[in-house]
Amino acid sequence: MASLFQRRRSKATQTERVRERRHEGFLRYANFRWAKISGGLCLLIIVSYALIDVTPRPSGGTWYGYTLGTIGALLILWLTALGYRKRKMTSDYWSLKAWTSAHVYLGLSLIVIGTWHTGFQLGWNVHTLAWVLMMLVILSGLYGVTVYATLPAALSNNRDEMTQMQMLEAIRAFDRQLHAAAQPLTPEDTAPVLAALDEDPFAGGIMARLSGRYPRCATAAALGALRLSRSSGAEAREKVVGLLSQKEAALARLRQHLRIRALLEVWLYVHVPLTFALIAALSAHIISVFFYW
Amino acid sequence: MSDVVKVAIIGSGPAGLSAAARAGQLGMSHVLLEKTDHLSDTIFKYQKGKRVLATPERLDLRSDCRFAEGAREYILGNWDEDAANNKVNVVKHADVAEVTGEKGAFAIRTAKGDVYHAETIVLAIGTQGNPNRMRCGGADLPHIIYQVDDPEDFKDKHITVVGSGDAGIENALGVAEEALENTVTILNRSKDFARAKAKNVSDMMEAGENGFLSIRTETQPKLVEPGWLTLETPNGDEKIECDVIVARLGSVAPRGFVESMGIEFTGPDREAFPKLSPTFESTVPGIFVIGALAGYPLIKHCMNQGYDVVEFINGNTSLTPADEKDLAAIFAGLPQQKSVTEWLDYLRERVRIFADVSPLQMREFMLDSKVAFYRKGEVVFEKGDPGSSLFAIADGHAEVEVAPGVTVPIEQGSIFGEVGLISGRKRGATIRAGADSIFVEVSRTAALKLMGSVPGAKRAINRISLERQLLQIFKGGLTVEDLGPVVDVAEVERIPAGKVVVAEGEQGDDVYVIRSGSMVVEKDIGGKPIFLRYLPAGSFFGEMGVLSGAPRNATVKAAVGSEVIKLTGESFRKMLAARPQVREATEAAVAERAQMNSFIESRKASYSSAVDLYSDTAGFIMKEGLGEATDALLIDENLCVGCDNCEKACADSHEGLSRLDREAGKTFAHLHVPTSCRHCEHPHCMADCPPNVIHRGPDGEVFMEPGCIGCGNCMRNCPYGVIRMEAAPPEKPSLLRWLLTGFGPGPGEPSPKWTKKKLGDEKPKKIAVKCDMCKGIAGGPACVRACPTGAAIRVSPEEFLSIARLQEDAG
Ligand SMILES: Cc1cc2nc3c(=O)[nH]c(=O)nc-3n(C[C@H](O)[C@H](O)[C@H](O)COP(=O)(O)OP(=O)(O)OC[C@H]3O[C@@H](n4cnc5c(N)ncnc54)[C@H](O)[C@@H]3O)c2cc1C
Ligand code: HEM
Ligand code: SF4
Ligand code: SF4
Ligand code: SF4
Repeated sequence: MASLFQRRRSKATQTERVRERRHEGFLRYANFRWAKISGGLCLLIIVSYALIDVTPRPSGGTWYGYTLGTIGALLILWLTALGYRKRKMTSDYWSLKAWTSAHVYLGLSLIVIGTWHTGFQLGWNVHTLAWVLMMLVILSGLYGVTVYATLPAALSNNRDEMTQMQMLEAIRAFDRQLHAAAQPLTPEDTAPVLAALDEDPFAGGIMARLSGRYPRCATAAALGALRLSRSSGAEAREKVVGLLSQKEAALARLRQHLRIRALLEVWLYVHVPLTFALIAALSAHIISVFFYW
Repeated sequence: MSDVVKVAIIGSGPAGLSAAARAGQLGMSHVLLEKTDHLSDTIFKYQKGKRVLATPERLDLRSDCRFAEGAREYILGNWDEDAANNKVNVVKHADVAEVTGEKGAFAIRTAKGDVYHAETIVLAIGTQGNPNRMRCGGADLPHIIYQVDDPEDFKDKHITVVGSGDAGIENALGVAEEALENTVTILNRSKDFARAKAKNVSDMMEAGENGFLSIRTETQPKLVEPGWLTLETPNGDEKIECDVIVARLGSVAPRGFVESMGIEFTGPDREAFPKLSPTFESTVPGIFVIGALAGYPLIKHCMNQGYDVVEFINGNTSLTPADEKDLAAIFAGLPQQKSVTEWLDYLRERVRIFADVSPLQMREFMLDSKVAFYRKGEVVFEKGDPGSSLFAIADGHAEVEVAPGVTVPIEQGSIFGEVGLISGRKRGATIRAGADSIFVEVSRTAALKLMGSVPGAKRAINRISLERQLLQIFKGGLTVEDLGPVVDVAEVERIPAGKVVVAEGEQGDDVYVIRSGSMVVEKDIGGKPIFLRYLPAGSFFGEMGVLSGAPRNATVKAAVGSEVIKLTGESFRKMLAARPQVREATEAAVAERAQMNSFIESRKASYSSAVDLYSDTAGFIMKEGLGEATDALLIDENLCVGCDNCEKACADSHEGLSRLDREAGKTFAHLHVPTSCRHCEHPHCMADCPPNVIHRGPDGEVFMEPGCIGCGNCMRNCPYGVIRMEAAPPEKPSLLRWLLTGFGPGPGEPSPKWTKKKLGDEKPKKIAVKCDMCKGIAGGPACVRACPTGAAIRVSPEEFLSIARLQEDAG
């Protein structure tokens, strides 16, 4: 600013910290700080594993294995704490973006920590179950990161400044107009239109939601039927067909919206329950190690 | 009719009628001359059934005629009876055209040619004489009317009411009656409704809320065409359907007529009033002026004055005005002993902003103010204190602490605290009494009213604000004396959004200071206007022209509806010549600006698309009104996953109510402006808060302190729809409990259903709720902290649109 006039704003106030000129997403946070830390950690483990010759053979039971196991278990607990952090609005300074960034990269490092902790000894037991669950959580996390990185722009483009409520309201508005416009139609033509009016935009089940395909869509069916029908007056029918295709477009937008939102959320329904399964298996693993080894 | 009466009263409004009734009671010979065929034409012309208000409530009525709040018909009926009962000698169809002669022997000639002779004259012709006409294009079209006789005459029409004083509001409410099915719009030039009575304003607001009429503030007519009206709004021009325009633009005293009798006015302004003595005698001995013409528009005052003036004429010298006791109480605490009238004169003589205020206005005005005596060194207010009242120095002087231990005096007659009037910022400096002093404290509402009705006061306040602003811009090296010539020729101009102030390539050397709003600087590069810079309120532009004499090298236009102060190039140059340090500082700023311009130009050559995106983004941000924001929430929709954690965090940090609507709002290039407070430079929401609880905090946040009465004015005044009227939901079970047992509504704003179930029949009071930038929360804004992806950011436009952004865009 080339103004001689300094805006009256005290320096380094609380808001200054969160007011950014150029922002970065959670993946790039602090110039990939957590990616670097986590990568370094993995490298350290891999190299030290190769260099240190533990006896009798590398496994979770050696001091090296215990070290990695402890780090891994604590890390898993910390990763789980994200769910709490996200919802607990304490008033001190923290940034969920930084937490997510660390979560993602440190979570990935568990692939190395966990696997190297096993000493590559896998089998059909509770210990390996814990490892498998961990890998599944990580995999679902990877899916999550992928959708987080790719879908928001599509969500934004599709909604085109409309809110979900407005999308629903638009469909309802077409329904009201359809109701009036369908009055002159013959009973034969009215039936599919009424079915379309009765349609619940949210119905269709999880598969339809995720795929965005609604084969039994009553609006599409009514549109098809009326296009072919010759029973009612042409003018009235054309009006209804016009409204039906507008409603179809509005429905398509809403369904696409719901689909993207579902894709952005559905993985958490795997990620989180598996996390709890993992913690259970992990506890069993640890208890069995200490009491029955 | 050649007898000489003791008093001829011209005009039979509440003032004239009450005067005549008193004369009748006293058995004084008199005549009441009325130009129409009925009494009290102004009130006669009110809409049918209008409820006439009897404000100010605390004032007692002193008249031989009855008056209390009631319907127009009832009041007029009473007055007809009262006129007869008091043996008033009224002559109708007597339109007075000329007054000649002198005290004891006046000759009053009517338009019909009759002549009346009187010893004294009471002039009570009101101000309805000449309604102000519309001045925009098409103002002479026949569908513009200046009064509504009967709202029922309008059915199923698009009606625009221009002007939102009492008359305009009442007309609008009349024609907006649901059964008439009119589409009614009312326009107000400014943000607030300082000229209208609070009750009318709240009735209008209620009608607006219920959708019976649409209220447009900061909007003026620009072009009238048959069937259409083009409006000038803060966001650019807009054309609306319009079959009838009701113009209620106020009125001016029928000054020519009054002056033709030799009566002098308080000032040259159109809105000035006749100079009057405390007994209402004008500068022509024997002619007394009362009522609206005297500057006193409320019916109760008019009637009291009618009574008083006849008592005075009858030789009663011991009569005190009806508001005397209230005023006496206000002055009671002062050390000197003076009568109320002496105090009023004392203030008018000694304080610049009161110089043009008539004694009568001064009385009303003082009823809304405080006067206090301060001992030398006593603190008037501390830096950072909330407060938006204005202080005037009647005696002694004040000292502003500009830096610890460094003070600057403000002399007697001047004012301080004026910044609060505009932006509502907290007190910027501590002020102490520099000697034993008397300061008048004027509430913000009263000060706005004063500025609205006394042009001289407005000029004085504006001038002082400008001097202080210039001193601050050209820090050091300047004195008020240096600025004198610059300020003398300065003019304030209102610039609607999008209007060009300075056009590239034009010759010109005027310098502009932005008083409110903001500007964008653009340059035509390769046939496309490219955004160069954002100028917030308080900056200046146009100085390159003065220094170099070259044509304007960029275009400057208003980002939002703004006010600029235009300083002539000549006066500015003289000032620079006298003060070399200031010239140097200005030159340095110019060089810096020029350097940035050329940087962007060079970028445009090599990174054209990045510069275009930067420029278009800037355009979008300005279009969204962020030009007046100081701190706004933006969402990068390349990152936002729609989790709404930002909203939940907001709710959980503030009594369970979210102050942002993430999904609503406009988007450009995936940059989304959600519905959330932007903490405007000049907050519209502050314009009219009856308990005055909206303030600006130290971080620039605009917030409401406890005490909101839930009137909803702020919600209606905020152009960005960010204020909700809502009651805080009951306490939720703890987060852990919800996580472990699923008990309770979980994080975020509880659903209305849950709240209702929890509260049962209890109905908590709804108050205004909006973003306070997480004031008092150490971690800072919760929305940003709680966003998992980094999509939510808080920005100020000047930082966001800084050159650094372009540099990064361009890689
Ligand atoms: C729409 C509207 C609503 C209002 N509502 C209220 C309200 O609710 N409460 C309130 O307190 N105030 C209200 N006011 C203000 C109030 O009505 C006026 O200020 C008040 O009537 C002024 O009284 P007056 O006696 O000074 O003059 P007026 O009432 O204006 O009377 C002047 C009279 O003089 C006559 N006259 C003018 N020129 C001449 C001439 N040359 N020769 C002879 N006669 C002449 C006129 O015909 C008129 O009858 C309202 C005003 C308007 C316009
Ligand atoms: C064993 C390791 C992991 C555990 C125990 C774990 C656990 C969790 C938990 C409990 C949540 C909170 C979900 C919620 O409350 O909404 C979460 C969120 C998330 N996890 Fe993991 N996670 C692990 C590994 C990973 C990995 C490796 C990635 C990425 C590659 C990842 C990516 C995410 C993301 C993106 C979120 C969502 C953040 C949000 O939207 O708030 N996680 N994880
Ligand atoms: S509430 Fe509205 S007017 Fe007030 S500061 Fe916020 S955005 Fe501006
Ligand atoms: S709703 Fe409350 S905060 Fe808003 S203007 Fe009215 S009293 Fe003031
Ligand atoms: S918290 Fe962030 S990602 Fe979630 S909705 Fe708000 S802006 Fe979007």
